Amino acid sequence: MGNRIVVPFGPPQHPVLPEPIHLDLVLEDERVVEAVPTIGYVHRGLEKLVEKRDFQDYVFIAERICGICSFTHSVTYCNAIEHIMGIEVPPRAQFIRTIWMEYSRMHSHLLWLGLAADAMGFENLFMNAWRLREEILDDMEATTGGRVIQGSCKVGGIRRDIGDEKLGEMVDHLKKIRPLLEESNRIFTHDQTVRHRMRGGLGTLTKEEAWDLGAVGPTARGSGCDMDVRSSGYSAYGGTRVQTGHPPPHGGLSGSLPRPLGRGARSSRPRRTCGGKDARRPCRRKGEGQSGWRVLCLLRTAPPWRVHALHKGQRQEEHRPPPVRTPTLTNIPPLVKMLAGIDLADVPVVVLTIDPCIGCAER
Amino acid sequence: MPLFTMVKRALANVTGKPATLMYPATPAKRYEGTRGHVVIAIEDCIYCGNCQRHCVSQAITVDRAARTWEIDRLRCIICGRCAEVCPKDCIFVEPDYHPSTTGPAVEFVQGPPPAPPKEEKKPKAEE
Amino acid sequence: MIEQKHTIIEIPVSDLLKKTEEYHTKGHRLVQIGCTNLGDRYEVNYTFTKSWDFESLRLTVNDGDVIPSISGTYWGGAFIYENEIHDLFGLSVTDINVDFQGHLFETKIPAPFKNPPKVTKVPKGGDA
Repeated sequence: MGNRIVVPFGPPQHPVLPEPIHLDLVLEDERVVEAVPTIGYVHRGLEKLVEKRDFQDYVFIAERICGICSFTHSVTYCNAIEHIMGIEVPPRAQFIRTIWMEYSRMHSHLLWLGLAADAMGFENLFMNAWRLREEILDDMEATTGGRVIQGSCKVGGIRRDIGDEKLGEMVDHLKKIRPLLEESNRIFTHDQTVRHRMRGGLGTLTKEEAWDLGAVGPTARGSGCDMDVRSSGYSAYGGTRVQTGHPPPHGGLSGSLPRPLGRGARSSRPRRTCGGKDARRPCRRKGEGQSGWRVLCLLRTAPPWRVHALHKGQRQEEHRPPPVRTPTLTNIPPLVKMLAGIDLADVPVVVLTIDPCIGCAER
Repeated sequence: MPLFTMVKRALANVTGKPATLMYPATPAKRYEGTRGHVVIAIEDCIYCGNCQRHCVSQAITVDRAARTWEIDRLRCIICGRCAEVCPKDCIFVEPDYHPSTTGPAVEFVQGPPPAPPKEEKKPKAEE
Repeated sequence: MIEQKHTIIEIPVSDLLKKTEEYHTKGHRLVQIGCTNLGDRYEVNYTFTKSWDFESLRLTVNDGDVIPSISGTYWGGAFIYENEIHDLFGLSVTDINVDFQGHLFETKIPAPFKNPPKVTKVPKGGDA
């Protein structure tokens, strides 16, 4: 047994980290005994800004909580407001929101897969994942007007419609990139480099641990917890065929890597269900206060995450800051648990498995 | 063959065309609906200041007395909220991006003098 | 769509640990702990769930009140929220298993959600 030393990992910048988080690693020789996280480098106080802004303008701010899973944040916020005011969203808007959310999810997973490959030092795979992501982003930009900050959600509906012709093109495009995604998945699960880097149950959480530590999203599902907020059928998920759940962890890979694997390709493909008679322009409604609802609670899976927003609002003037709960914040305790007992050299890979989005976590 | 799963992809990458564009020689991708920058048709503006009030990033300043409309391009997040709230629909979001800049990028638009208070309803004279 | 019911139970601070223990034995998972500043008082919500329905324990506390930590029961999940409440709202939470002493959120102004910092507007044209 050697001496214990503390090594700062990313104070707060580290080549492997996309965003600033600081981990104090207590080491015994090369082995991590304990990890102590510190966040707060990018705290922007976005929740507080709710008090100052018009509730309709805040959609754009909510969207900027994250620069990757932005669309889901705006939908979550809009859902909360719609719930408070008792606004019903037209079905077409619900479906289009769902399409965009799934696109968001795909590009977010691809981004994460790329970063995970980068953490392993597999640059070629990293580039490959991001190249595929561009394909998704192209469709996003063509339909919403923004690549990653879509700005196309509004309270009560959506700000842009997708024409039927475009929907058809999108389906064709997805069909085209699907084999590429599957190929990329195969590399992640079968390649020697990846398998070597993720060998021997690195960073595995048992189901009980994951549940107890409050893991959410892919982190929880990777440990075998059956938890996917999409299966509640919110927005239009009830009307789409979304495969939830995960492929069983691939033999020999650590429990934590296969999490979002396969999800890129599995994310729901927009069906032609969105045409119908319900097609309407996004509705614009004046927000009248309704004091019936005081508190509501929403759960969302932002691409790989889960956003938990607890809104409190009666009238616009009384709009209270919602504590925005994003999956990274919730997944930090599981991360700390996963880090204990692994080698220093494996820390970057394990940190990346929770898909750390510190900007989300700190708002 | 776990060792060579990447080989096929790598070869395709080496022999194929680059996925990226040769920017700036090739112009960036742009779609009809891309939000690039905000422009105003000042002759229709009534200087109500709605865009200023709803601007999320406080990039717009409207001066009713001086009949000016001002936008800070570096602050603007091109959300298009101003275009949405404009009662005269005279703010538009154009698909091309503003060229990059190192200095301040405040754009100042001077409105035409108020029209005589009769006929044509172009810019209404505000008292 | 599965309706996600949300029950809120208002409890005094002294009951918190007992109630939390109950949820833990029933197999509930800690969803989140959130705090809201209501001007003169704070509301702290502890949300638990087992499947889709949420149950929240709500404490109403004033400035200077001491909240006991539930990290004794939820040893893993709770510390991050409790440190957040301490760091952002300035409420004191006692006996957290991993106590950062105000260093989880390294904000420039201590407890920014309690003492809102003075807003300084960036001059037009950017500060470059």
